[in-house]
Amino acid sequence: MELGASIAFWILAATSVMSALAVILLRDVFRAALFLVLTFLAVAGLFVTLRADFLAAVQVLIYAGAIAILIIFAIMLTRNVQSGNPSNRLLGAVSFLSAILLAAIVYVALNTHWPQAKEAPLEATTGPLADFIFNKYVLPFELASVLLLAAIVGAIVLVKEK
Amino acid sequence: MDWVYDLFPKLHAAIEGWLRSILPPSIESAGVYIVMGVLSAFLLINVPLILVMVLIYMERRLLGRFQHRLGPNRVGWQGTLQVIADGIKLLTKEDIIPANVDRWVYNLAPVLFAIPVLLVFAVVPFGEEIYLTDLNIGILYIVALTATSTIFVFMAGWASNNKYSLIGAMRSVAQLISYEVPLVLSIVGVVLVVGSLSMREIVDKQSIPFILLQPLGFLVFIVAVSAELNRSPFDLLEAESELVTGYHIEYSGMKFGMFYLVEYIAGLAYSAVITTLFLGGWKGPILPQYVWFVAKVLLVFAVLIWIRATLPRVRIDQIMGFAWKFLFPLALINIFITALEVLLWPEGFPAWLVVVNLGVALGLLVVMQVLFRFPGATRHVVPQALVGRG
Repeated sequence: MELGASIAFWILAATSVMSALAVILLRDVFRAALFLVLTFLAVAGLFVTLRADFLAAVQVLIYAGAIAILIIFAIMLTRNVQSGNPSNRLLGAVSFLSAILLAAIVYVALNTHWPQAKEAPLEATTGPLADFIFNKYVLPFELASVLLLAAIVGAIVLVKEK
Repeated sequence: MDWVYDLFPKLHAAIEGWLRSILPPSIESAGVYIVMGVLSAFLLINVPLILVMVLIYMERRLLGRFQHRLGPNRVGWQGTLQVIADGIKLLTKEDIIPANVDRWVYNLAPVLFAIPVLLVFAVVPFGEEIYLTDLNIGILYIVALTATSTIFVFMAGWASNNKYSLIGAMRSVAQLISYEVPLVLSIVGVVLVVGSLSMREIVDKQSIPFILLQPLGFLVFIVAVSAELNRSPFDLLEAESELVTGYHIEYSGMKFGMFYLVEYIAGLAYSAVITTLFLGGWKGPILPQYVWFVAKVLLVFAVLIWIRATLPRVRIDQIMGFAWKFLFPLALINIFITALEVLLWPEGFPAWLVVVNLGVALGLLVVMQVLFRFPGATRHVVPQALVGRG
């Protein structure tokens, strides 16, 4: 099964990188959004190969199911969709910054000592995750939900007709 | 007659044994793994398709009954071959691709649309021993898969380059996102009682079917399901009188056939999920488990047809209001009550709780019915012609 796992990893990794590239390189905004969905799905697949099945399902549910739809909705509300993804004067500066960021990430990834886990991965991850969220880290979790609630209320107040 | 009961496990063992006897030992385990995998995948795709033919026939005949007409009864005995005839007709039709469509997206949409719905059957337990895999995130996996189908509806609607299909797709996305919320929340009640997301464990724990212990969750779920399936009274995205057929208006031939088929496969998948979550899955006396399962699935689908035949279509703002102001609070209250009960009786529920839960569900429905009004609807409609004007 080791061989199968590494084949799956390379296919998923290649898919996610290629479709992420397609997202920024395609001129058709709608197709770019579809490739973004493909990226999300490939990342979910990577979670599966890491035995994080709960995280994978949530990734599909929230990113491919909800966020992608929101992005597509935003595209529909954009003017001049037909003219496509316009080029930008800041292209040079942004490429420079992204190159620095990429170099930093690669440097850190190569120079970190990655310890091998001694224990086998958990069979069921749902229960332990819930334990962490609702016992140990309940305060940050609640803070995040209050923040989200405030954001929702704010959005409603902003768009509500007088 | 004993072989009837464990037919599928026996078949599985027999095929595996035969494979082991003919394969050379060097590739034995890999060969068995691959052949059995391909075989299960073939069965998992084709058994639902055969069941879908039954569903389509059932729907057309039952709708005929409900509407005081006959329905298809000419091809084959009582019209049983009508579905096959329609399939052949669709296959031989000309495949029209309109000008100015986004070709790649247009052609991919009907194919991709089928994938998530078919994948659902991987975790559906047809019997105690008859399932492909028992994921410990079972029901979450199904919810996640079905959430993605919106994207493909949108692909079809956008790529067709037609204003009606685009409006249909917009409506569908708005509706599906709204009904996703009560759908998921009504499952939480069941998950709280069982303490697991695994489909097998959910069936195992149902000594009393959850339709009795979770009546409120069941009602919210079945309404949300008929909205997710785009069936009347929630079939706004293909409202014939307003949008012709909505997002798949530009599709013809077998591409249209795919959309039609996938809608029924989704119907079958959701009926199987309802059976598993609320009706005790494969459990039942005397008959083999898979017979019970299929019978319950057909019963659930018959109820969905009944709902479709009975209720008229509602307006888009009414649909949204119904999801957020009626179903959503009910689902939240259901979670709260269930959590309370699980805390009070962690060892298992006493039988009289069934009566209490049914009463609570009924009371809440009455209260909500009084509180909730369809936007723009008057409560007591008196035909103006009948009102005396003195």
